[in-house]
Parts: sequence; C-alpha cells; structure tokens
Amino acid sequence: MSLLDIFRRRNTAPVARERLQVLLAHERNVIGKSDLVATLQEEILAVIAKHVAIDRQAVQIKLDRGDKMSMLEIDVELPIPPAKDGARPRAA
Amino acid sequence: MAKVLVVTSGKGGVGKTTSTAALGAALAQGGEDVVVVDFDVGLRNLDLVMGAERRVVFDLINVVQGDAKLNQALIRDKRMENLSLLPASQTRDKDALTEAGVEKVIGELREKFDWVICDSPAGIERGALLAMRHADVAVVVTNPEVSSVRDSDRIIGMLDSKTLKAEKGERMDKHLLLTRFDPARAARGEMLKTEDILEILSIPLLGIIPESEEVLKASNLGAPVTLNSPQSAPSKAYFDAARRLKGEQVEVVVPLERKGLMSRLFGRRVA
Repeated sequence: MSLLDIFRRRNTAPVARERLQVLLAHERNVIGKSDLVATLQEEILAVIAKHVAIDRQAVQIKLDRGDKMSMLEIDVELPIPPAKDGARPRAA
Repeated sequence: MAKVLVVTSGKGGVGKTTSTAALGAALAQGGEDVVVVDFDVGLRNLDLVMGAERRVVFDLINVVQGDAKLNQALIRDKRMENLSLLPASQTRDKDALTEAGVEKVIGELREKFDWVICDSPAGIERGALLAMRHADVAVVVTNPEVSSVRDSDRIIGMLDSKTLKAEKGERMDKHLLLTRFDPARAARGEMLKTEDILEILSIPLLGIIPESEEVLKASNLGAPVTLNSPQSAPSKAYFDAARRLKGEQVEVVVPLERKGLMSRLFGRRVA
C-alpha cells in the first residue's frame, strides 16, 4: 500500500449502510404484497404476446430500483410475422 | 411461567448454535432450569457444541412421532444439572417434524423448564418456521455484514407474521444479538456500526458479542463458551445478554479482549 492509498482510503461501512437502507425499503414493501414493477413487466409482456409470438429468451429486461424511482426497461424483438398465402413480406 | 425463546437469523453461520449454547449455559448458571432444543433436522450440531454428541440416543423426531418419551430423549448436561439438551435427528427427513407434534413437545417442555431455547435452522423454510412457531421471545442473531442484516430483516418480518403470537394479534418480543463484532474495525469505518444496524432493523439490542478466539476454543472442546471460559470477553457479553432476557436492566458495553504482552507483540491475525 502506498502512502497515497492511506489518504485515499474511503470507509466502506457507510456504503454498506446506504445500500441496505435502499434495498430493505424496497423489500419490505414487496414481500407479501404485489410488486408494481414485476406486475408491469408481466402484464406488458402478456399484452405483446397476445399479438405476436415472442420468444421469452429474446426479451431483455433491465431493472434499476432506486430510492426515489425505479426504471424498467423491456426490450422485445418483434419477429416479422410470416406472410399469408406464402407471399413474401414486402418492405414498407 | 416458562418462556420459549427462538434463536434465529435467516442466514447460516452467524452464530445461532454458539449463541443458543452460550445463552442456555449462562441462564442455567443464573439458577434457571434450561433446555436447549435443536431444530436443525438433518444437520444437527448443538449436541456437538454442547459436548453431548456421544450421548444421543433418541431425538426430537422420535419424541414428535411418539417413538420415545420426552424424558428418554432429554440429555442432562454433565457439568450443570439444570441444563438439558433435546437433540435433532441426524438421519431423518426434516418433513418428519409436524406442527402438531412440535406443539405437543413444546407444551411438555414448558411444564418442566423455565426456559425452552429453540436453535433454529438457517433459511426461511419449514424447519425455521416450526422453530419460531411457539416462541414468546426471539433472539435475532446478526453479523455486522450486509447479507446477514438483510436476512435478519426478512426473519423479523416472519416473526411478526408467521408465529402463533403474531396470528393471535400479539406482539412478538424480538431482540438483536450482534455477534462477531470487531469494535476497532467499526470505529475505523470498515464495519457497520451498532447504531446503523439498530436503525435499519429497529429492534432492541440484547447484546454485542465481540469476535473472539475463545468461541472456537470452546466449540473445539464441546462446551458452551460461557462454561468453558466464563471470564472471557464473549462470555461476559453473553452473561449480560442472559440477564437482559430475564428483564434486568444492564448497560450494553462491548467487553474487550484482554491481551497479554506476548500476544500483542506476536499476535498477528491471519485474516
């Protein structure tokens, strides 16, 4: 450890405390109740699935739960529907 | 009036079994009639920590299923006649514990002892739920470490919803026992402080057990630390915690390890 490191060293306990506070504030709300973000995720996917066959493996879901707000990012690849009568789909 | 106490944590390896044995022996040394009950079916260890592993004939499941009488399964401690152990089964499946069976056994233990201390298995499954089911008091064992605090929070939620007391609309009496605490590291900001953990979990503090070599030494020998080295720092903390359980007002201090000159000069920690 160099001399600089000694001055640069940041305490880790306050970070642990903050992470726990954010996490537990969320978990206490969720456990036993329905989780809004999880519900949205399921229902949005269900709506899309009503119209297009989606491959669950090809769905990218990113979630960032924050103190004040959460962000849910759903990335669905919509396959081009097979055209009827064997005609090739034309580009619009 | 007997008290049923569950020692629980959610997370494994934080010191439930050590604390069960230490608190049991501390209460017994204060003149109380104590039984420690191992609920960790399939992974029993309280017998080993208590030094009774070679004396187990019948276990909790035998009693629950009616294959043995309670008196046949209880093992009286060789060092203290008012301290007994009810071991868990090592071979049986944990599903062999039934709710009705556990209720009957706890009821019988209440008649015989002042304190029934249930050592919960880790996790939040059936075994942990059965261990806390009939408790009047809960000791939540927590290490000053994020995963342990998170799991303790979860267990506190279950104590407030899945126990008989909670279902009757009564308040479960919960206490935090902070174990493996290193005051020097906490002061340097490398370890969660006691106040932080208390603020996050918001349950009253039962005691702070300092990290100590004495705990491993005692378990090596098969003795609760409060019997093996009653003057050591962790034992003092456990004795104080036991007095608080009995309702005494005892100020919380972290007993420090007394180190000799030689160990100060040469006692470098490995980790």
